[in-house]
Amino acid sequence: MAFLNVLPGAIAEGLIWGLMAIGVYISYKILDIADLSVDGSICTGACVCVVMLAAGNPIWLCMLASVIAGALAGVLTGLFHTALGIPAILAGILTQLILYSVNLSILGGKSLIAIDIRSTNLIMHMSDNPMAIVSAGLIIVATIIGLWLFFYTETGLTIKSTGDNPHMSRAQGVNVDLNKVIGLAISNGIVALAGSLLAQYKGSANINDGRGAIVIGLAAIFIGLSVSLKIKPNFVCSLIGVIGGGIVYYIIYNFVILLGLKTDYLKMLSAIIVALFIAVPYLKTKYFTKQKPIPIVQNNGGDEDA
Amino acid sequence: MLKIKNLQKTFNPGTVNAKTALAGLNLTLNNGDFVTVIGGNGAGKSTMLNAISGVWKPDYGTIEIDGVDVTNMPEYKRAKFLGRVFQDPMMGTAPDMEIAENLGIARRRGTKRRLRWGIRKAERQEYKELLATLELGLENRLSSKVGLLSGGQRQAVTLLMATLNRPKLLLLDEHTAALDPKTAAKVLEITNKIVTENNLTTLMITHNMHDAIEYGNRLIMMHEGKVIVDVSGEEKKKLTISQLLELFEKASGSEFANDKVMLSK
Ligand SMILES: Nc1ncnc2c1ncn2[C@@H]1O[C@H](COP(=O)(O)OP(=O)(O)OP(=O)(O)O)[C@@H](O)[C@H]1O
Ligand SMILES: [Mg+2]
Repeated sequence: MAFLNVLPGAIAEGLIWGLMAIGVYISYKILDIADLSVDGSICTGACVCVVMLAAGNPIWLCMLASVIAGALAGVLTGLFHTALGIPAILAGILTQLILYSVNLSILGGKSLIAIDIRSTNLIMHMSDNPMAIVSAGLIIVATIIGLWLFFYTETGLTIKSTGDNPHMSRAQGVNVDLNKVIGLAISNGIVALAGSLLAQYKGSANINDGRGAIVIGLAAIFIGLSVSLKIKPNFVCSLIGVIGGGIVYYIIYNFVILLGLKTDYLKMLSAIIVALFIAVPYLKTKYFTKQKPIPIVQNNGGDEDA
Repeated sequence: MLKIKNLQKTFNPGTVNAKTALAGLNLTLNNGDFVTVIGGNGAGKSTMLNAISGVWKPDYGTIEIDGVDVTNMPEYKRAKFLGRVFQDPMMGTAPDMEIAENLGIARRRGTKRRLRWGIRKAERQEYKELLATLELGLENRLSSKVGLLSGGQRQAVTLLMATLNRPKLLLLDEHTAALDPKTAAKVLEITNKIVTENNLTTLMITHNMHDAIEYGNRLIMMHEGKVIVDVSGEEKKKLTISQLLELFEKASGSEFANDKVMLSK
């Protein structure tokens, strides 16, 4: 019973983090870059949104500002990596550190700023989970459609190829460096959008929001893809799977809290989930692939495999 | 079409591993030249193609393509002049993307990529017809991921991608070396067809002496980062492998050494 009570909240939060995981999917899966700046940019999204709201701006403008701030963070990581030759992982860590200072100054030196939820028109808040689910759902659908269209354009296709085979991309006249910057900007923009939703849902922005976000994002991706790739391995299905992964993650998370595990251990749990999802397939092929005969097919002519 | 003047490149300069791969290379190609390139291990053949492609900057010398000095142009920009096929079939295509998407990206080589559709409807029909000319049964697999194709099929698709947008210069680096003999022969036949039908200026590195003599209108031999033998026209047509080896030994003062080289067919 207690579990059913927390379910709507788990779904709402799962959707928000699923959106965040879509941002991570773009860097990790499409660009083939493990971008750690997202830990900072989700918080930037939350901080910008809250401070802009406090200044009396309409919510859509606050969220737009969050997206732009996140995209700029992505550009910074991209330039560290491509223009300055810093390895991608380190570039992300540097941006993350920079963003910590930036976020603190956005919050005016305070570690937490609350939203006055009565005087502002938020699109979601945890006091109304059904509405939060609908709002988050609509934003996710719009994001997925936008990305789906984008990755069929000339620019979108070359961003895919940049991650898939940079060598081929350069040979085909693709500016690989520029594409990485664009991809990281889109990725972090989406992550910051999720941050602005998170701030509204929780009613505040906290300087510690987003710590370990990359791990939650990866966990959502692994959980989601483990199912969706088996159903239909295409882009849209993968993204839907990632959202599902976010929801499953938050259901497990709430379940574990209900079981009485101290919340202090939850970050460790997230890390273990990610480690398991990467390790299990690896160990499986390494130690548990049994030799088994594959039926031999007689190939009598007509072989297209020249 | 291509003018290389006094090109020099030393890898790891100033260290014990210093290696001069190009030692003042000079080479001029005329429009429509189909040049086969042979040479011993480490002669600098691949290094020459990498220099032309702009993988790194040479230490000295200039490279001109179709009258444009490209010596300092970044790799992705000079790609508009060049079609390239590599030895490794994995290198020339994006495995996680569809055949049509790979071709669509190649079709737009040298143009600015915008927020327009990456592949238009009419293109699909065109790609289908082009793939059919390969006679590898790929014409009905436009939506297949390239990663699912065999090495030979991938090289054929890469060849198509390299020539889809007519390149000023086609660079082939032992592009059949990783294939089994039957497949290699097929890909080479496709290559010859595309090059001659489109009258493409081409540099083709091969380790097969027989192919080097049979294909193209001109043959160059490289040794220690320089061109040491350059034959064309009638003289090339009448060459035999033993004459070729003799030419090499006379020009280089050493024996022809390449562990990959096939002296016979
Ligand atoms: N990126 C690099 N770094 C260091 N040394 C290199 C590099 N590329 C080539 N070399 C060296 O330069 C020399 C010429 O190499 P290159 O690959 O051009 O030879 P090649 O003529 O293509 O030989 P092969 O027939 O074996 O392919 C070799 O000694 C090689 O070890
Ligand atoms: Mg070579």
